[in-house]
Amino acid sequence: MEKVLFKGNEAIAEAAICAGCRLFFGYPITPSTEVVEYLAWHMPKSGGTVLQAEDEIASINMCCGAAYTGARVMTASSGPGISLKQEGLSHAAANELPMVIVDISRAGPGLGGLGPSQADYFQATKGGGHGDYRLIVLAPAKVQEMYDYTMEAFDLADRHRNPVMILAEGFLGQMMEPIELKARPGTVLPVKDWIVDGCRNRSRRRLTSYGLSNETTEAACLHLEEKYNRIRAAEQRWEDFYSEDADYIIAAFGTCARIAKSAVLLARQQGIKLGLVRPITLWPFPEKAFTRLTQQLKGVLTVELSAGQMVEDVRLALASSCVPVAFYGRQGGMLPTEEELLRQVIQTFQPAPGKGV
Amino acid sequence: MEKIFGRPRGLTDLPFTYCPGCTHGIIHRLIGEVLEEMDIISDTIGVASVGCSMFTQELFACDFVQSLHGRAAAVATGVKRSLPDRLVFTYQGDGDIAAIGTSHAIHAAARGEKITVVMVNNAIYGMTGGQMAPTTLEGQKTATSPYGRDKALAGSPVDFPKTIATLSGAVYVAAMSVDTPANIKKTKQALKKAFQVQQAGLGFSLVSILSTCPTGWGLSPADSLDWLRDNMVPVYEMGEIKATEEVKDL
Repeated sequence: MEKVLFKGNEAIAEAAICAGCRLFFGYPITPSTEVVEYLAWHMPKSGGTVLQAEDEIASINMCCGAAYTGARVMTASSGPGISLKQEGLSHAAANELPMVIVDISRAGPGLGGLGPSQADYFQATKGGGHGDYRLIVLAPAKVQEMYDYTMEAFDLADRHRNPVMILAEGFLGQMMEPIELKARPGTVLPVKDWIVDGCRNRSRRRLTSYGLSNETTEAACLHLEEKYNRIRAAEQRWEDFYSEDADYIIAAFGTCARIAKSAVLLARQQGIKLGLVRPITLWPFPEKAFTRLTQQLKGVLTVELSAGQMVEDVRLALASSCVPVAFYGRQGGMLPTEEELLRQVIQTFQPAPGKGV
Repeated sequence: MEKIFGRPRGLTDLPFTYCPGCTHGIIHRLIGEVLEEMDIISDTIGVASVGCSMFTQELFACDFVQSLHGRAAAVATGVKRSLPDRLVFTYQGDGDIAAIGTSHAIHAAARGEKITVVMVNNAIYGMTGGQMAPTTLEGQKTATSPYGRDKALAGSPVDFPKTIATLSGAVYVAAMSVDTPANIKKTKQALKKAFQVQQAGLGFSLVSILSTCPTGWGLSPADSLDWLRDNMVPVYEMGEIKATEEVKDL
């Protein structure tokens, strides 16, 4: 199939249209803005509506309103904007509203900078809003995946009745790569028999997360917990790169994983059996990707563009093993080089070169 | 025997749980009657807010969704943009709409969002225990203005419908009260008009209704009605504050 040059953010927007999303509520913020700009051009041509809200809080609540009716709906933002959306994300998760949230993150805390950073990992995977809830979080590492994962995110959201987040750095949002514009996969999804669209020919429905008694609130929380456990069992995804025979593994996602791949190739040239595990779902965290390797691994270096966030999940996954887990990070928008990563692996674990590859 | 008066079909069978003397019940009944008379129960989706008005979701016979504190107008926007042929209304207290939700209400009105907003103004936060609201009157004692609302400290009450009326997307804005049978009748007409405006696709409509909170005010139900009349009515502009030409032609 012919490939087309696409910017990461625009690939997400195009995928949303292809996935049947016809409602987008957003608020511009660098480096995510091309998502709303592209959709403002192209969504109306597909009969859809793009509404620029007064702020991020409004836009996520508009998404909730549309999702209540069963419509496919999306919003996009960046770190500080996602912070504002957290309240609404808790609401969406509590009411089991399928929607897609795009976070093209920037560096920070606070206003921060625009360079590539993965410091929103906690915010994306550990809640951020109030109460116990989880988002399914997908982390693409190339523009093709920005497209593919966005399309799939809508299906995942509908399948599990849960908000799904695409988390990528501004770097990925802004880069251009040739991609294949694949057609929407024919997936069988559950019928939306829960939506609120006016009680024509049926009894009235109400969707609320408010419980008048502790008993009903606990029942609602247990229902969500059960669902999250189901998702945890079913949806762990990752990519392996030379991990099959690896003595050492780099754990990295997104842009960072691309650099780590180069580090792995460099290591292999030197006879060091380094591999990469790239989490694709940040939640549910792909614990299986690590637990299945415990017998062979002599060390894991988690590399992130943060002070160390995913490393906590890697440590948890390997908690019952003796595999040492180390961390290396760059912050503020700085990227490591492949030499830098290999140096870190060698310094941390002092691997002996083998026979080479 | 022929039944000549009953519960409107726009309401469910559940008993109201509001405090004795609270006028939420009257307002609910009026909306329930309007839903029935206009035959729009199955075409309408309500958006509940927080505070006492949260109970609306149990009490109206139409579909209902919940919104968080102040977000009702944004949620309603999402519902309406997805289902333009349905009628969407929010039911919000003055604390919900004129404090935490101000921006959403103002911008929904500015966009001319084709929704109907019912604002119930009792000059305090009722459910949370009678704290000061943006609508609390100067000198009024509340749980968080125990010495009376001090203008120098907390400003003057916000006449929210008047603010909304300045926006071109708002085509019908009415400020009503349910303190007398005559005013109750007028309030119902305003509510009906607001739904008709939406049905005709003309734009944003808001009906603000002065309401009592005997519990929060520490007054008897009868004294509450007098207090509303003597203290709130002179402060807030009453009547149909705005009705565009198209609305008048309805």
